Amino acid sequence: MEKNTNYLVGVFGDEDIMIKAVKALRKKGVNIYEVFTPYPVHFLEDALGYKRSWMPKAAFGFGALGTTCAILLQSWIMGFEWPMIIGGKGFIAIPDFVPITFELTVLFSAFGMAGSFFVSQDLKPHKVPQIFDRRQSDDKHIMAIDLANNKLSEEEIKALLSESGAEEVNNKSFTEKEKKGNFFDYVADLFTNGVTDSARELKG
Amino acid sequence: MAHVDVDLKNIQEQFTFGGKLKKNVLLIGGIGVVLFVLGTIFLMMGGGHDDHHAAVEHATEVASAHSGDAHGDAHGGEHHAEYHWWQRIIVDFWLNGVFFTGVALLGFFFFALQYVANSGWPVLIKRVMLNFRHFIPVGGIVLLLTFLVGSHTIFHWTHDGIADPNSSHYDAIIAGKVDFLNTPFFLFRLVLFICVWTFFGFVLNKITKAEDADMSGTTKYFRKAQRISVAFLIFFGISESVTSWDWVMSIDTHWYSTLFGWYLLAGWLVTAVAFMSLFVIILQEMGYLKAVNENHLHDLGKFLFGFSIFWSYLWFSQFLLIYYANIPEETIYFVDRLRSATYAPLFFTILITNFIFPFFVLMTRDAKRKTMMMKIVAVVVIFGHFLEYAILIIPGTLKENGGFGLTEIGSGMIFLSIFLYLYFSGLSKGGLIPQNHPMLEESVNHHT
Repeated sequence: MEKNTNYLVGVFGDEDIMIKAVKALRKKGVNIYEVFTPYPVHFLEDALGYKRSWMPKAAFGFGALGTTCAILLQSWIMGFEWPMIIGGKGFIAIPDFVPITFELTVLFSAFGMAGSFFVSQDLKPHKVPQIFDRRQSDDKHIMAIDLANNKLSEEEIKALLSESGAEEVNNKSFTEKEKKGNFFDYVADLFTNGVTDSARELKG
Repeated sequence: MAHVDVDLKNIQEQFTFGGKLKKNVLLIGGIGVVLFVLGTIFLMMGGGHDDHHAAVEHATEVASAHSGDAHGDAHGGEHHAEYHWWQRIIVDFWLNGVFFTGVALLGFFFFALQYVANSGWPVLIKRVMLNFRHFIPVGGIVLLLTFLVGSHTIFHWTHDGIADPNSSHYDAIIAGKVDFLNTPFFLFRLVLFICVWTFFGFVLNKITKAEDADMSGTTKYFRKAQRISVAFLIFFGISESVTSWDWVMSIDTHWYSTLFGWYLLAGWLVTAVAFMSLFVIILQEMGYLKAVNENHLHDLGKFLFGFSIFWSYLWFSQFLLIYYANIPEETIYFVDRLRSATYAPLFFTILITNFIFPFFVLMTRDAKRKTMMMKIVAVVVIFGHFLEYAILIIPGTLKENGGFGLTEIGSGMIFLSIFLYLYFSGLSKGGLIPQNHPMLEESVNHHT
């Protein structure tokens, strides 16, 4: 038996109204699941009360790892495995190592950041996208509210949304399978149904 | 967009230079004078005067003294650097002239760059950038006078007969450069560049002031300033490079680095950005620039962080190529600085103050948005780059007689005081925030 996750989706046409609505709803204690905008909207993350992500720290960690690896690798090669004198300098001449150390630091932190981003956003091959409303990549701002995660009733939130200027308020539900986007299920689907456009597309 | 509620019509602020700030600026100058005089007395007492040289001989030879320049290498160091205490004073004046004129120029360059880049965020602090220009003519006069008085002390190539094959101190390498490095052409370039930079400063200032007065909502002034900025940037690109060869690289005439123009640009620019951040913070603490928020400071912090890395990148690129290539006449430049008990500690200090410190302190987003952090980093970076220019100029001119002591710090503070005085008094003439600028609203609503 499949469990459904129910969302209330508010559609806004104007970013100013949408930000005011976000503030108003949060003031009433409504827990907003996510807001989708077709382009970056300034001050939105402040209004939603988002905390800074841990990505910069991950970047620093991967960068430090890259520095360490680069120095160890070069010291080992140039100093022990295949000692070589270049330009009359010693075997382990630190200035020579700086360019490669720099490059590996950048490489590690770039790849590490990309990897961290995929992990933190739960992006994986054939992840089924959760589309709340197709217009979220066109001209509308979409606010999704997870009903199970809120104390207020559906009607109350609906009223709040329309009050604060939502053009439409719709319901949207994903099955547990769709929400998690299980990769193995997707592969199984692929074998049973074959690749179709509709296999990647969600109802509604 | 969630607009910040600022009334654009009444955003104008009038800065008055006085009170505590004026007192502090003059205090810096006063302490500088005291330190400078003390340092000079120590230099006079501490000798630097070869006693076995007859005084008469000095009087006649002073004008053509070899002043302990790189020339000693060619002659196997037959005469141990003749050195007088006043030579160090001359070099200090040259150092300060070069450093502060460059900072003023690069601050003004940053202003022109904002027009060319069509950037909206810095409009609120554009006057903070524009007013750097006030020191350029003054610095030019200082440089000109210092050159006229002490060109032989600073520049080895100004000596008579250096390009003459029959002369006792003929130098083949300098003779090859004599078409470019000769006193009349040098003075021509110095005066020309200073005049043109000053002229551009004057014109751009006039346009932004005219924009203030025009309430018709036209973008005419903006477009005009953009075109003039483009012209300035083209001239600046060439003149800044030539300037860095003239003012600093030609001290070590035998040595050359092909990225020297960039390298000096990076040092001056990061100092100018540090000064800018400091000025914004000072003005805000005095109650001005109310519409400027931490987002603007964040952007200045990013520039400070980025240009610190850019400076380090160029510094290291220059070093690595010479280190690898191992060409004796080139490596001597770094040997002079790295194997000297006087200069080596300073040489490693600049790496800490100009790269490691700003890099690690300004790495996080929060640090760039905190006034206190930015203040500390800006002060350290300004001092670090002053030290860097001392390292560029002093070893080549004074050889082992130089150093970083009271006279350098004292004269630096005197010039800093003059620089700040001219800056703030310039800032008080006219509004603090450009009015009727087409991107003013964007700047007020700036968000990173």
